[in-house]
Amino acid sequence: MPINHQNGTIPMELTVNGRAVSLEIPPQMTLLDLLRDRLSLKGAKRSCDLQVCGACTILVDGHAVSSCTYLAYEARGADVLTIEGLADGNTLHPMQQAFIDNGAFQCGFCTPGMILAAKSLLDETPRPSEEKVKEYMEGNICRCTGYRKILEAILDAAGKSGGASG
Amino acid sequence: MDIIGVSVPRIDAIDKVTGRAAYVGDLEVSGMLHGKILRSPLPHALITGIDTSEALKLPGVTAVLTRGDLEGLDPFYGAVVRDRPFIATDKVRYQGEPVAAAVAVDLATAEEALDLIQVEYEELPVVSDTLEALSGTGETVHDTNLCRESGYEWGDVADAFAKADHVFEDTFTFPMVYHYAMEPHAVIADYSNQGITVWSTAQHPFLVREDLARMFGFQLQQVRVVVPYLGGGYGSKSYTKLEPLVVALSKVAGRPVRVALTVEEAFKTIRRHSARCTVKTGVMNDGKFVARECLIHLDTGAYADNGPLVADRAAERVMGAYHWDNVKIKSYAVYTNSTPAGSFRSIGAPQAAWASESQVDIIADALGLDPLEIRLKNLVIKGEEFRPDRRPLDADPAAGLRLAAQAIGMNLDREPEDQDSELPIKIGRGIGCNLSGVGSSPTSTAIVRLHVDGTVTVFAGTTEIGQGSRGVLAQVASQELQVPLDQVGMVSSDTGIVPYDRSTGSSRSTTMMGLAVQGAAKEVKEQLLELGALHFDCPEEELSVNDGVVLRGTESVAYGTLIEEEFGGRAGELLGRGYVTPRMNNGRLRQGPAFWEVGIAAAQIEVDTDTGAIRIPHYVSVADVGVAINPQQCEGQDEGASMQGLGHTLFEEMVYEDGQLLNPNMVDYKVPTFADLPGDLESMMIENHDGPGPFGAKGLGEGGIVSAAPSVANALFQATGVRIKDLPLTPERVWRAIRDAKE
Repeated sequence: MPINHQNGTIPMELTVNGRAVSLEIPPQMTLLDLLRDRLSLKGAKRSCDLQVCGACTILVDGHAVSSCTYLAYEARGADVLTIEGLADGNTLHPMQQAFIDNGAFQCGFCTPGMILAAKSLLDETPRPSEEKVKEYMEGNICRCTGYRKILEAILDAAGKSGGASG
Repeated sequence: MDIIGVSVPRIDAIDKVTGRAAYVGDLEVSGMLHGKILRSPLPHALITGIDTSEALKLPGVTAVLTRGDLEGLDPFYGAVVRDRPFIATDKVRYQGEPVAAAVAVDLATAEEALDLIQVEYEELPVVSDTLEALSGTGETVHDTNLCRESGYEWGDVADAFAKADHVFEDTFTFPMVYHYAMEPHAVIADYSNQGITVWSTAQHPFLVREDLARMFGFQLQQVRVVVPYLGGGYGSKSYTKLEPLVVALSKVAGRPVRVALTVEEAFKTIRRHSARCTVKTGVMNDGKFVARECLIHLDTGAYADNGPLVADRAAERVMGAYHWDNVKIKSYAVYTNSTPAGSFRSIGAPQAAWASESQVDIIADALGLDPLEIRLKNLVIKGEEFRPDRRPLDADPAAGLRLAAQAIGMNLDREPEDQDSELPIKIGRGIGCNLSGVGSSPTSTAIVRLHVDGTVTVFAGTTEIGQGSRGVLAQVASQELQVPLDQVGMVSSDTGIVPYDRSTGSSRSTTMMGLAVQGAAKEVKEQLLELGALHFDCPEEELSVNDGVVLRGTESVAYGTLIEEEFGGRAGELLGRGYVTPRMNNGRLRQGPAFWEVGIAAAQIEVDTDTGAIRIPHYVSVADVGVAINPQQCEGQDEGASMQGLGHTLFEEMVYEDGQLLNPNMVDYKVPTFADLPGDLESMMIENHDGPGPFGAKGLGEGGIVSAAPSVANALFQATGVRIKDLPLTPERVWRAIRDAKE
């Protein structure tokens, strides 16, 4: 780890939402702090801070991670996707659209993490069973909806994606 | 055009799925510093000294706030009783109470500063049990431990019990519960001699404004409270919470300051009341209820917050949805050394319904009656004046209860469950119902602006806490003014811009603010007809409005054209005002409650008698909404409330030991996850077009939480013969109860 001994920071490069980013960070900085405080990407939320609630979920090389407990340095060279990078311009990602169509959010605080976790699920398993969705999404808490409409949104998005059953 | 009853997408949908929706923690205010609160490690102690000198020497620290900085302001606040200083003065009353706070250039420096503050305490005995607290012999949290004594009495319960065929007496307990709004409380405050601007996670920004003006000596026009998107409320962000402390921090720092709480700090900010409730009910052989006497002790924690009202509501709600000729209810809110308890979705009702509705099944079993049958025999009927001086019942609980019971196969003529099987999994079905007087006070105002291009902006002070108020209010304006929904914009929750609204809670906004918005839209419509009469040179009676135009027979003129004709050229706009006051609608809203909200649930459960684990294959909630303005959002409210109810039913509980909260985090405090979603979570809407709100709507959102616990516990009894009177129904508790019953 090439620490800058003048100010204790380390240089790192990563790709965030398709754009190359180069910066110097304290070694203990979490990925959530990097995104929110250094890149002003506020979509990932801080809630439990213990990797339980999923509000801070983002994708690192396509895998859903809790950015609140993920060291930023571990994402060096990685391709990071946050909720801000999911839509294609003004065209929503099918998962975002499914969340709207199914009424799958209320206060919206869990929604960025929930949508990214759900996208990651369908990337791995394009046509999940209801049980598979419940199991995969257990790390994302929603206190408003009661989950049923989120489940319906994910199954709806899976149905429309037309992927293989699994 | 007709937009009522249509599940249109939320008005904030794009913001919320793209991450653009900004919450208080996402805002940046120019020059903003960061604050952190030093909290008492002790539950009850005198503060004998505070030394901040070392903290102030730390580079990057701007200011430290303690009780020594209160000159020229009133530090006390409280929704009902002003018993709480925003920073501890003479003593601390619970573990986690703010004692000092530091402001620094960044959060890490502010946290470091807290370590350098020295506080000396002299410990006091801890008050934790509500019954002991009222014994009059021990320590007191305030001058007294009695925060509120509330109750009802009519008829003659002693005489009725003497004449009753049976008298049942049971005691139930309900745990302390944490809201877990996923966004913990956060406030940015900017104080100057000219006034205060606050960005806050406040459900009731106008009440916060009132408190801040009083405490810091400003006029109302000098205090502005802005509420951006709110990450969940459920009552946790009602009334004034963190705002005065952060304003004081900004005052001592001379800069804008943000304090964003952690989840652990939110656990130490507000919770639901735990309760101990003894219910004594007199019944005749045929199952007719004749008298009820109740004693309720609610643990309101270190400060009153909304505890007094919770005690009042619990006293009313413990009577259930039943007719009583003889009643004697005593309800006490009691101070203890724990996190202050206040509003949480349907205040006092889950505690009351837990006791009342569990006991109804105990009675039914003892008398050999069906749980549905005994309820139908005693339920209040629509139109009945069933509580003195309160609005007659405007709902039909019997119809709702039948619907719920039928949905889970609990008809009166059903086959009994086969419980003799040797398999460990037992199946049971249970129901529960209750009534809550809701709507809070009829105090809302709104402004509707019709622009020269025919589009509309609605100014309404309801806080969007996720309940979908902005969308529903836009639908009301769209319908009333006949302007397409995509041409209606909403401005909300900025006390400097939008007109007054009392509060967002008590299922009131669709009804109260809905009427205000509808009234404002009507005023604009009247002006359009007046201008239309000038345009067509005809009486107003010949005119109507539809889809953005004023119509006279086959002729039409666009709204915008009428505005141009009035003001001359492309300029001007029409303004409409809407007032909701006790006087309006011929005093229709003066009598409380605005309406009665039913809370009806039915649960089909599976109990693993080897482990005590409960699964819920089918859960039904019934809401009486008058008219579902947006059915999808109504369902969402009801489903969410149901799941929160299942949380305190099955596992949620704040655990205290010697005044220390043992589980203030989301690992040790479990809330429902996807894994806990019932196989079928069903929400049913009754629509009789009979609500006091716009187009016959009523509110909802609270009823779904009320009967969760008794419906599951009643199902557990049906499945196992075991009656548990303490929540939550954890596997361990259920397993032990089953084991004890076998011995």
